[in-house]
Amino acid sequence: MSATGFPSTTRLLWTQTVYQLRSFRRIPIAVFFTLGLPLIMLVLFNALFGSHPVDTPTGSWSTAQFYTGGLAAFTAVSATFTNLANMVPLRRDEGVLKRWRGTPLPTWLYLGGFICSAVAIAVAGATAMLALGVVAYDLDVEAAKVPAAIATFLIGVSAFAALGMALAAVVKSASSASAAANAIILPLAFVSSVFVELDDAPRWLEVVGDVFPLKPFVESFQACFNPTISAPAFEWAKMGYVALWGLAGLLVALKRFRWEPSGSAPRGRRARRVATS
Amino acid sequence: MAAIRVEHLRKQYADTRAVDDLTFGVAAGEVYALLGENGAGKSTTIEILEGHREATSGIVEVLERDPWNAGREFRDRIGIVLQSSGIETEFTVREVVELYGGCYRSPRSLDEVVALAGLDEKIDARIGSLSGGQRRRVDLALGILGRPDVLFLDEPTTGFDPAARRRSWDLIESLGSDGTTVLLTTHYLDEAEHLADRVGVLAAGRLIAEGTPEELINRTSGTVVSFMLPDSVVPADAPSIFAPLVGADVRVAGRLVEASIDRPTAAVHRLTGWALEAGVELESLAVHRASLEDVYLSLTSGTSEERTPDAERSTSEVIAGESP
Repeated sequence: MSATGFPSTTRLLWTQTVYQLRSFRRIPIAVFFTLGLPLIMLVLFNALFGSHPVDTPTGSWSTAQFYTGGLAAFTAVSATFTNLANMVPLRRDEGVLKRWRGTPLPTWLYLGGFICSAVAIAVAGATAMLALGVVAYDLDVEAAKVPAAIATFLIGVSAFAALGMALAAVVKSASSASAAANAIILPLAFVSSVFVELDDAPRWLEVVGDVFPLKPFVESFQACFNPTISAPAFEWAKMGYVALWGLAGLLVALKRFRWEPSGSAPRGRRARRVATS
Repeated sequence: MAAIRVEHLRKQYADTRAVDDLTFGVAAGEVYALLGENGAGKSTTIEILEGHREATSGIVEVLERDPWNAGREFRDRIGIVLQSSGIETEFTVREVVELYGGCYRSPRSLDEVVALAGLDEKIDARIGSLSGGQRRRVDLALGILGRPDVLFLDEPTTGFDPAARRRSWDLIESLGSDGTTVLLTTHYLDEAEHLADRVGVLAAGRLIAEGTPEELINRTSGTVVSFMLPDSVVPADAPSIFAPLVGADVRVAGRLVEASIDRPTAAVHRLTGWALEAGVELESLAVHRASLEDVYLSLTSGTSEERTPDAERSTSEVIAGESP
């Protein structure tokens, strides 16, 4: 209990996060696509690409050493960007956001609970991915690169959470949000070194990959597991670029966020113009 | 002290004026009903008072604060039951009460709130499994969770069966007698008549009448005569035949003919005299004290009449212009 008589901010944020995680657990389709599907991909990749050892100057490594990190990063993006871009507009369409705005809970704490739960899901998903890699596919994790991996991961999930909120802010309805999130992230994944390393790809595909933040994040996180790159393996330039995207997302989210279902009343520029006329 | 003060409130959407120069006040502890048809401006008004919408102009004060700029202390002291808003369907009644209650300074206990809302048996049911009426009761439960000083109820019983409505009325009445200020919107006249200390009638964003239900009924003609249209009279002729007899405007709805009258004895005398002479039976002939519904109908038909001259003129001009 704080001086104002309200429960403390920490306690409120904790409660919100716990409840968002509980609601996530109770939506089987969200759990499957966010956590299950990437793990299935890891299993399939190993079945498809085999486990031929890859020889490098520093030794021989399993193939999984070169894509498990990328898949883990992709899981983190699903848990933050895709998850938030799906769930926040859904809650808005249902009118849940509007209901919360009428309570004494500060609005940023409601959204904070959403974001913290998304980050927690990202941590769980990436950890599960790496654990499966270590246990089943001889993934080697170097202690000296763990700090870089953690820093890369935290910057990445923050940026993609902000971008998920930005998409949630600009789309009209939950159904278009879901379509938009997948239409953005799935094609992008193919040109962003998530599933396949692009060696002989056309130049324009490389450019597309380089412009968007998915590829720099995936490659930076993968670098933390790449045996040919030595510690600390933190990719300053790439992660700086990801952070810039995140800041841009944050600005859009702050500027455009809406609490009411679309169609209930004019808002934004049109409403302001009318109000001042 | 006024719990709610509204002066010259205007709300303009792109091309419609939803609320137009609205002035009214609600005293602390009072139950006030805004009555009106869909689109009359009830929800816009109540959402401005809740802080969900910004007024275009005018003064709006709830608990001496401007709702649009008020913070969490303000929202701790009000309760909102929106006309339609979702609840997290994955959670149980117990969970939402715990989750939402956790944000208030001194929330009601789970037991108290489910008992008040009549949800005892559904306490561990998921919101998604509840019926529409039961969900509405969860809305009510969440509205009163923080022991509000002012409770906003936007059409709280729409879609309820009669028994559920009565239970909600009991709840709202008990809150009103506890000193909670209640502002409710409704298009059920019996609801307003039953619950409200005072009623404001809204039409096209304007307050067209205000007072206690009693005052409103007494202000307009206090008596209504009604009967079924005899088979020998076509509905279109009814006003021209019966209006002179009863000495007032006549409303025809289906076979029901109604008129609000000032001098029932003379009117009924002329009416029955006409019927005897014409040899017809006036089925279900009744003379009764006006209800709020009669008042409302006579008020709203008055406003539409005010506007018709304009509409008629423009229509006749168009026709005149087009005819050879």
